[in-house]
Amino acid sequence: MTKDACKQIVLDIIADIAPDEDLSNLKPDVRLRDQMQLDSMDFLDIVMELRKQHGIEVPEADYIHLASLDSCADYLTPKFEALGK
Amino acid sequence: MNTSSHYDVAIIGAGMAGLAAGIRLAHFGKRVCIFERHNAVGGLNSFYAIDGRKYDVGLHAMTNWVPPGTKGTPLGKLLRQLRIEREEFALHPQKRSRIAFGPAGETSLTFTNDFAVLEAEVAQKFPAQIDGFRALVALVRAYDDVSLDAKPESARALVRRHVTDPLLEDMLFCPVMYYGSATERDMEFGQFVIMFKALFLEGFARPLDGVRVILRVLLEKYRHAGGERRMKCGVRRILTSAGRADRLVLDDGTEVTATHVLSTIGAAETERLSVEAAVPGASHPVGRLSYCETITVLNRPPAALGWGEDTIVFFNDSARFAYEQTAGPVDARSGVICLPNNFAYPDGADLPEGLFRCTCLANYDHWTGLPGEAAYQAEKQRWYGEIQRSALRFLPPLPAPDALGRATVATDMFTPRTITKFTGHLGGAIYGSPVKIRDGRTPLANVYLAGTDQGFLGIVGAMLSGISMANFHVLAAKG
Repeated sequence: MTKDACKQIVLDIIADIAPDEDLSNLKPDVRLRDQMQLDSMDFLDIVMELRKQHGIEVPEADYIHLASLDSCADYLTPKFEALGK
Repeated sequence: MNTSSHYDVAIIGAGMAGLAAGIRLAHFGKRVCIFERHNAVGGLNSFYAIDGRKYDVGLHAMTNWVPPGTKGTPLGKLLRQLRIEREEFALHPQKRSRIAFGPAGETSLTFTNDFAVLEAEVAQKFPAQIDGFRALVALVRAYDDVSLDAKPESARALVRRHVTDPLLEDMLFCPVMYYGSATERDMEFGQFVIMFKALFLEGFARPLDGVRVILRVLLEKYRHAGGERRMKCGVRRILTSAGRADRLVLDDGTEVTATHVLSTIGAAETERLSVEAAVPGASHPVGRLSYCETITVLNRPPAALGWGEDTIVFFNDSARFAYEQTAGPVDARSGVICLPNNFAYPDGADLPEGLFRCTCLANYDHWTGLPGEAAYQAEKQRWYGEIQRSALRFLPPLPAPDALGRATVATDMFTPRTITKFTGHLGGAIYGSPVKIRDGRTPLANVYLAGTDQGFLGIVGAMLSGISMANFHVLAAKG
């Protein structure tokens, strides 16, 4: 699993949760919240979809690592690799 | 344990809140079953048919309409959380609505889905109040209305700080109260804010085919996510053990178990399922506000009677607007007129027939205490005429005095008795108990409230209530 592939997984989830958002110009190093209308309900959904679609658990204390696409990739890529992906 | 009758979550009631909660929970892999006593889904916002004609029960209009692309509003949140495409609801915006006060509607405020229209109306009709009105709107916009632990404050008191003319005050409260308040005379300010935004800052819309469209979408999502439902099978008892719901006894006598129970039937109504000797109103006050509604089916669109512009008209003929339980059978001094044909349907589409609906406050005890079915039918007939006569004062004059009678092909009327039939609410309380429980907690650790008595108002509010409580108590819960 490359970090780019991991980012794409997160982007796919966001596209599913928020089909009304334009994701084409997202900056990977800027907080998602600052570039899109994502509230705590939406972040809960990102976590839930990671669990549902990929079997990845994100404990509440780690939500902070989902702030930007870059931080998502840094945090989630090892978790995907640990699952042999 | 018989695993086939164990659910992760049992939901009581297949109204908007129960269906929305069910979609969330089933989508995320919970084993969910919705138990509904009635034969139709929707609860208060349901439908029925007589002689092949379709009637809606609750829905005049869906509130909270915003133009496509508007971010951060309840409608957008709802669509995201339920993975519904906006087009699926096929909402068409209203033409315009009015608040008409005075014996013949002498003072009138028009509003549309563009808030600037109402603001300009207030500036024109109440020039001395416009600065205060703008300050009130700023307060409403800034208020965090979805907080689950806000301190209750009187809406009348806060509004009066900015709006000092009692006529304007009453005119603003009338639509807000009729479309969602379970409280007589005053409201909790958070509830006022939710409704003010839903009606005035956002707006009205409707699918051409009415509430059925919304319900069809919700049912399809729920089924697709793997949710189960049992119709004509309510929950009769909640058997408890050590402060938790242990088993649910269904109307057919069978028992099921559930890790979590989400009840959308009301606080007092839920308590009665688990407490053997519960006295209605002892821990949760039973709502005192109930409605009658007349429905007149016309052989032509309302526009042919000169009523082509108004979507909804909120009216009141008296010096003050009295939103309180009426001592008489019906309080026809104020009410709400709905003309479902008058939404901006595309390409000249319209309903197959004209519809003219009027809603007024009514007294539950009167309507349920009538001696026998014949007396009930006679009373319906009498008040059908009284309500319609009252409402006609606030619509443009008919082309001829008998024009409405000649255009009428069918009539129906619902009463407080009907509301209890569809919702199970004690006292025919249209919007449930005046005391709302925002965090949804009950004395039983694994039983939570959603819907009417949790306190997010309106149809969109009801769905968001189901979503929020499912998220808060089940999906985001530890362990």
